[in-house]
Formats: sequence, structure tokens, C-alpha cells
Amino acid sequence: MSIDKYQNRVWPIRIVILLVAIVLVAQLFNLQIVHDYQEAAENISFYRKTLYAPRGLIYDRNGELLVYNQQAFDVMITESEVRKADHEGHPIDTLALCQLLSITKEEFITRMNDIKDKSKNVGYSALVPQRLITQLSPTDYASLQEMLYKFPGITTQSRTLREYNSHHAAHTLGYIGEVPPEIVNENPYYHPGDYIGISGLEKQYEEVLRGHNGIEILLRDKHGRIQGSYDNGQHDHAPVPGKDLTLSIDIELQAFGEMLMANKVGSIVAIEPKTGEVLALVSKPDYDPSLLVGRQKAHNYNTLINDPHKPLLNRAIMTKYPPGSTFKTANALVFQKEGIITASTAYPCSHGYHVGNFHLGCHGHASPLDLANSIANSCNAYYCYALRAMLDNKKYENIHESFEVWKRDIVQLGFGYRLGIDLPNENRGFIPNADYYDKIYGKNRWRSLSVVSIAIGQGEVDATPLQLANLASIIANRGYYYKPHLVKAIGNGHIDTAYTKRHDIGIPQEYFAPVVQGMQWAVNGGGTGSTARVAQLDSITICGKTGTAENPHGANHSWFICFAPKDDPQIAICVLVENAGYGATWSAPIANLMVEKYIKREISEARQPRVESISKAVILPPVKQTTKK
Amino acid sequence: MSKEHNSIFAAIDRPTVIIYLLLLIVGWFNIYSASYDYSPGFFLDFEAHRTATMQLIWIGVGLVTALCITLIDSSYYSQLAYIIYGCIILLLIATIFIAPDTKGSHSWLYIGPVAIQPAEFGKFATSLAVAKMLSEEGFKLNNFRSYLRVGLLILLPIGIIVLQQETGSALVYFSFILVLYRRGLPGLIPVLGAAAILLFILVIKYSGIPFLESNDGELGVMISMFIVFLISLGLLIGYRKDIRLALIMLVSYVGIVGLIIAIDRLFVALPLNTLFTATTAIAAVFLVVWGIATRRSSYAWIGLFIVSGIAFCLFANYFFEHILQNYQQMRIKVAFGMEDDPRGVGYNVNQSKIAIGSGGLLGKGFLHGTQTKLKYVPEQATDFIFCTIGEEYGFVGCLTIIVLYAALLMRLITLAERQHQMFAQVYGYCVVGIILFHLIVNIGMVLGLTPVIGIPLPFLSYGGSSMLSFTLLIWIFLRLNANEQSSYSAKG
Repeated sequence: MSIDKYQNRVWPIRIVILLVAIVLVAQLFNLQIVHDYQEAAENISFYRKTLYAPRGLIYDRNGELLVYNQQAFDVMITESEVRKADHEGHPIDTLALCQLLSITKEEFITRMNDIKDKSKNVGYSALVPQRLITQLSPTDYASLQEMLYKFPGITTQSRTLREYNSHHAAHTLGYIGEVPPEIVNENPYYHPGDYIGISGLEKQYEEVLRGHNGIEILLRDKHGRIQGSYDNGQHDHAPVPGKDLTLSIDIELQAFGEMLMANKVGSIVAIEPKTGEVLALVSKPDYDPSLLVGRQKAHNYNTLINDPHKPLLNRAIMTKYPPGSTFKTANALVFQKEGIITASTAYPCSHGYHVGNFHLGCHGHASPLDLANSIANSCNAYYCYALRAMLDNKKYENIHESFEVWKRDIVQLGFGYRLGIDLPNENRGFIPNADYYDKIYGKNRWRSLSVVSIAIGQGEVDATPLQLANLASIIANRGYYYKPHLVKAIGNGHIDTAYTKRHDIGIPQEYFAPVVQGMQWAVNGGGTGSTARVAQLDSITICGKTGTAENPHGANHSWFICFAPKDDPQIAICVLVENAGYGATWSAPIANLMVEKYIKREISEARQPRVESISKAVILPPVKQTTKK
Repeated sequence: MSKEHNSIFAAIDRPTVIIYLLLLIVGWFNIYSASYDYSPGFFLDFEAHRTATMQLIWIGVGLVTALCITLIDSSYYSQLAYIIYGCIILLLIATIFIAPDTKGSHSWLYIGPVAIQPAEFGKFATSLAVAKMLSEEGFKLNNFRSYLRVGLLILLPIGIIVLQQETGSALVYFSFILVLYRRGLPGLIPVLGAAAILLFILVIKYSGIPFLESNDGELGVMISMFIVFLISLGLLIGYRKDIRLALIMLVSYVGIVGLIIAIDRLFVALPLNTLFTATTAIAAVFLVVWGIATRRSSYAWIGLFIVSGIAFCLFANYFFEHILQNYQQMRIKVAFGMEDDPRGVGYNVNQSKIAIGSGGLLGKGFLHGTQTKLKYVPEQATDFIFCTIGEEYGFVGCLTIIVLYAALLMRLITLAERQHQMFAQVYGYCVVGIILFHLIVNIGMVLGLTPVIGIPLPFLSYGGSSMLSFTLLIWIFLRLNANEQSSYSAKG
């Protein structure tokens, strides 16, 4: 071979090969190390199928099943599939689909636009099934299932809905609904279309009831077909079912209370004093909980929210009222504790309390009265004297200090702050402090007479029916209470220790004797007078106190608190009937029937007409017409 | 006799054989993985294993072929080169007429259950013919006749394969430029070729993008004109060492262009495209006139180079818009990043990048790739086999494969340089060129660097034709080399 003058050209060739290798490796480095395609790959090939955890069931205190689950079907649409079918020349017949789903074409189009709107549907992806129609009825589902093969991209997803065995305790149970977008944004557990507790126990115990959804990671091929589970299902999680709740509610008592309160506005709260368990929580008007389930939910909800009597409002815990004369029992305990009065302290009453130009009326009764009789007779003057004796007492530096002592003691009795019942949106009521009056009257510009109406539960003090039931419970226990609560057991486990901790209010037991005595006389007679003879029950000694709260908006609210039996009490009750006049007229007989129902389990034959007449009575306040301009 | 065979076996280059076998093994495992299915019955289902089983047969065929080549006297290749070439050309021509329509191309022949693609065998046949011609006594790449002869030798199969509608396979034959360069083709030609590709990319990529918000002035025209001008200055300096003239021309060119832009910006809108082209043309005219005046023809040649550069740019646009098919335009646009088309043409490339990218540093492991298994990547056992490697063995696996290929090519060059027979050396470079071209286009394609052109990855892609074709290519060279080794060691 002759001398090769191009021998050196081997080097450019080698360099080119090296450069090619370097460029390829650089691009590999870019793709595999610099960029993160892992997520992109998973988004394409993983189909994360949610395995919905069944929601926990709800039982009453006697094991009666109240709420359970019912299967319903959501219709899902996967847009990429629909589009693919379109491309392949066999588009789905939208009109036929609409007919099957019993919706109009316009509704379909609106729904599709909503699905694609990322502001409404945060996790939207054309590759992932999206909820087209929720809660298909079983019959519609059956007919759709037969035709499903005609609609590529349309699938169904089984969901569980709430079903109610009883139509009572709607406010307590609450309802579930589609999770609102703001929660989807902040809590990654929820996806659009998931259900979440919206109110009541469903909301309060959401995390307990919902359990934990499972996930199954499936591999989806290019054509969207499921090819099996990813990594032999090692990354799958089985759903953890929600825990069942056992309520403290006695559903029979609850239903009875709701019947008595029919066509009235108000509440009944019944508590077992020894435990703080709420036996009944009636708020009227109410609604059938099954109205807020299923496809009619939105319509029904609108009707309820626009009802002028506000049936969605849980008055038992969410509305505060002046407690009226029921509050005298609280004051009687406070005045004794602070050494202002004793059981034998007596004050005169001449049809009211009169100081200079100030007049506060009272009904005719014997005078003077001792403490027990002041409760039995519900004497206004007694409490005016006693309150002023406390506020103007020389042992306090000034009224500011004495008022703060009063306020502290009243708060100890469960007023002015949320009791912490296991329901959302409890109202705290209202107990003023000295600063509050400073603001109204100016600093040091108010005297004991200025605030005297709080002595009889009027004026600035407000309380919820729950707080007054709790007061009855404290008196029944002679000095302590447990936080009122509705859930007795979670699954097989215990409830929050906050509900099993005994709260001592710091008032010695002996101070309860005259109060209990007065409440006993009020119902059963025996003192110098009684205000609530209608509440008397032959075989059970009921101790009670009426209240008639003045109401600037209309007729007086009728209050009654009681507990029974006097010794070893089993139930403490607060009844409120709005705009029903004297406490003795409506509330006392209702409470009396509740006691009988709970303790004897049934109403005696002789008293059946009373049940009928009360439950048939209509006491609805006039509806204020909200004028719209 | 057997002793002779033993010495031949001993003389077969061991590093090359090791890399060749490694690639076959890696290839088989990846083909098995690529055709792996998630369906539960897979392990018992012969039909599902079909691809992997077939590849095992092809590997067997390849090894038997290798054995035969080793045993056959290597002097036949030189003697029969033109005959083999002629036969293959006839087969290629016949294929156009007898091959059925397979996705628009007429390049596959079906013999019973086996499909073969004659174009694959054109590579080794053409390599033999090119080696034969370049090793002829007195053949030198310094006259027109030589270029014409070797050009026809290479262009003939290209033309036939284009007629078969297999443009991808036809492009492979341009890899013979490498061996021609090694044998004396002026270095300017591949450089100008690269420049032409660059210009083409620039013209296509930046055509239609306005220059500085002007209403008539495209970035593509601006840049390509300037590059043509700069290359001409480079030639001026390189061939004439005339730095002074180059500087004067650069200053005047920039001055005129700047003036045109300034007028356009400040006063009246000018037809920028035309004026830039005209300015460049003036430079060309100047050089031609200067060359004639000074009687130095090279100036005039450089002037003519500019003219042809301008013509090329104008033609590139026309070629792209009017001659290329729509799908070809799309493939080029996707490769150049001009179109983001993840649903259409870009889909395959995008899925391929995701599959490889999701492999990360170490990959997902054998049979654990999801993107390739779930058929997101097309042609995963054949043209896109590299995706499976990328997804399951990650950066480390890909790096290993590229190092193996680079080592193979380097080794082949070393062997080719050792040859005393011109025929063997030229043939060796043909092999290097063909394998290099396949690597650039195939791996470039799966990595989204080059347009989608369906050619296999040597030794790794599934397929009997490519297995046989590459085995023939490389093993004939190994046999030629072994002959050289044994004959020289015998002499020594």
C-alpha cells in the first residue's frame, strides 16, 4: 500500500464520534437528571382509583340505628375517551345520553363547561374520569348500565349516601354534602365531588365518621385500558371504614319532644345530670333529615333556607334569649356563696320592687319571703334586694369589684361562654362584665339599681336553652356538671376526655338545699305558693322553675327548667317556647310530659289528652315580611 | 485445515466480538422487557413471548452467519464485491414492484412467515462495492470521473430506496461521506455539508419570525445571509490569507446593513428581506469582479460561493414548503422545537422523552418500566428500543450503552487503520460510518434531537433484517481483519 497522505484524517473522525457521544450523553443528562419526568410519567400511566371508605353509622343510646349508608351511583365522563371515539368516527350520542340521565341538553352543556372550568373544578384532567351527574337513582342506573357500552368514556362510580331510619334529630345529626372548593384547596385529602359533613355531628365528627379512603394505583395503557395494578399493588391502600357513633340521644324521647313542640318555635334540651349526656335536643321548627340527601337536595335546601321560621337553625344551642326567672336559681346560688344571703334571709315584696321612681312589678304573693319561697313564688323584689345587697356590699371596694365577683360566679355556672357541646356553631350566650356597663353608662356612672334587672334574668343577660338545661343539671347534681355531649361512644372506643371530666362549680352543696326546696314547692306546692303546679307529676317529684322572658320583638318567651326525681335525679330539662307567654302555660307541661316519658317510658292513659292538646297547639310568631326593594 | 481455522478464530478481534455479544444480550433482554405485558397469563403464553422468542432466533441466525463468515475465505469479498452489489441492486429494484404496500412503503418482502427488508442488505453490498472501487489501483479522489463513479455507486441504491418510499433507510447512504473524507474527499465538502444543514435549520426555524418588529424582514433571512457572508470571509482568510480585504468587507457590510436598519427604524419602512439579500449579492459581485480584475480566480470562486449560498437559502425555503410532505415538515418542525405537538407527531417524541426521563439516574429496573410497557412509546421493540433502556436502567444504563458504541467505533477505526489492504480499510470505514449514522439518527430521535426517522439501533433493535445486515457488515470486516492478522503474523 502506498503512503497514505490522508492518514491524519483519522483524528477529525475520532473527534466527531466523541462529540456525538458527548451530545447524546448531555441530552440524556438533561432528560434523566436535570428534568423530572417521573411525575409526568405517573400522570400519564397511573390511574389512581379511589376506594371510598364507608361512612360510620350512627346509633342512639339504646342501639337503635339512626343513620346508615345507601348505595348511589355517580356518572363519570372521561373526556379524552370521548374525544377519541369522536376521532375514530363513532361519536357518542349526547342526546340519547341526556335522555338516559333525565337531563336536558342545556344542562349537559352547562355541566360540561363547569367540569372544564379549572376555577370550579380544581383537579380537572381530560384523562381522568370527571363527575358528570351525581347520585343517580337505582332505576336510572339500571337503565344506564345496560346502554353503557354505547357511550365510550362514560363510566359509573359507586358512592354511598346517607339514609335515615328515623326522621328525627335532624339538627343534631346534620348532613353531608359535596366538599366546598376552599376545603379542596387547603386539604389534599378531599377531591372535588367528595362528600364531607356540612353541619351537626356529621361535621363535628367528620374525621371519625369518614374513615380513610383507600387508593388503588392501576396502570393504564395508551388506549386508556387498565392493564393491571402498579408494582403488584404494593402502593395500594385499603379503605379504612369510618367509625360508628353511639349517641347519648334517646330517639324515642327525642321524637316525643319533637311531637310536643310541633307547630311551635323553641327548644327542648334534656340532659342526664350524672353524665352530661344529652338525652334529647329538640329545636323547632325542624326538617326531615332525608330531605338533604339525593338529587332533590339543592331544591329542598333552598326551600328550607328561605323559610321565615328558619328550620335549619338549631335554636337549642345557636340562639340566646334572656333567661327570665329561671335565672333566679343561679342568682340564689351566687348570693349564698358570696355570703349576701342565707336560706333564712327574707325580703319584703309589695307587688314589686320600688325605689324612688324605679318600679319593678311582681305578682301578688305572701310577704316577706325566705329564699326557698322566693323561688317557689318567683318573687322579683327578693332578687332585686339581694343583687343590690351584693353589688353595694361594703366588703367590696366598689361596684366594679362586686360586679366582677358576681360575673365570675355566674360564668362558673356555665353561662357567658360556650359549654363546648360536640356540635358546631354553639352560641356563647352573654353575661356582661363591669367594663361593659362602663361603656354604656360611662366609667363609675352606673349604680346597682342601673343593672338590677339582671337579678331576674332580664336586661343584658342572655343564655341558650342548652346553658339553662346545664344549670338544671348543676342543681340536680348539687354542685357539678359534665360538659353536655351527644356522642356516648366512638366505635368501640371512648369519647374525648373533655366530656368525662367532672366540673365542680365551687358552690358548697348546702346552698343547693333551699334552691331545690323552692323548685320542689314551685311544682308540687308546700311552700307559701307555687308557680308551676301544671308540671306536677303524681309519682315523681319534679323540681322546676318557670321563666317568662320579656321579649322586645313580641310576646314573652316561655321558659321552664326542671330536674327529676328530686333525689337521685335522672333527667334535667330546659324547655323554651318562643312567644308563648308565661312559663307555666306551655313550657312547664311540656317538660312534665318529657320527664314522665323518659322515666316511665310511657305517658299514662289519663294524660294522653294533654299530650294531644299540647302537640296540636299552634304557637307560631307572626312572620316578619322582609320587604325587598 | 483445522489448524488454519483455529488461527482464524484466534485472529478475530476479541474486543469487538465482546462488545457485539454484549449488545446482542442487552438487546434481547430489553426486547423481552419491551414486549412484556401486564396481563396475568403472560408467563405461560407463548404468543405473548413471540417477539422475544423471535429475536432469540434472529440472534441465532446472526451467530450462525458470523460463524459462516469466519469460515469463508475473505478473498471472495473483494472478488465478488460488484457481483454482490449488482445482485442486491436488482433485488432492490424488484422489491419496488413485488413488495406489498406496508404503511405506504414498498420495502418489505414476505417469504413465508419471514419478512425481510432488502434495503438493509444494500448497506453491506454498497460498502463492499465502495471498498472495491476505492481500492482500485490508481483510483484517486482528485478528478471528476472518480467522483462520478463513486457518486453513482452510492446514489443508485439511494434512488431505488427512495422509490420504495423508505426515505429513512435511504438517508443512511450519506454516511459514505465519512469514508470518502478519509480517502481524500476535500474536508471542505463535509464542512460545507454541515454548513448547509445548519443554514437549512436556521432558514426553516426562523422563517416567518419578524426581525425587530419590522413588517418586512425575517430573522431567518437575516441570520442566513450573515452566515453565508461570514463563511465567505472565512474562505477569504483561509485560502487567500487576505485579512485586510476581509476586514474591509466586514466593516462595509455591517455599515450598509446598519444603515438600512437605521433608515427602516427611524424614517421609512424598507423591504428589509430584499435589501439584505441585495447587500450580500453586492459582496458576491464585488468578489467576482475583483477576482477577474486581479486575475485571481479564487476570489471569483468565493463570490460564486456566496451566490450559491443565497440560492441555497432561497431554495431551502421552497424545498421545505413545497417539496417536503406535510408529515415530513411536521417531523422537522417538532425536532427543531418549532411546534409543540404532543398529540400529533410530537406525541411519540414526547412520550419517548418522558419514558427515558422518568428513568432518572438508575432506572426503574428490569420489567418495571411503565411507559414502555403500557405502549405509550411506539415501536418500542424496534426503533424506540432505547426508551426501554432509558426507563429501566436510567442514566447509568444509557451511558453504558453509549460508551459501548463509542468504544466499538473507536476499535473499528483502530482496526481499519491497521489494514494493509486498502479494500479492508475502506470497508472498515464504511462500517464505522453506517453505525455512526444509525446512532446519531436513532438515539437522536428518541432523545428528541433529530427528526423522527425510522431506522433501527444496531444490534439492539428487534428484527431479523437489521440483525443480519449489521452482523454481515461488522463480521465481514472482522474476517478481513483476521485474515490480515493471520497472514502478517504468518509472514512475520
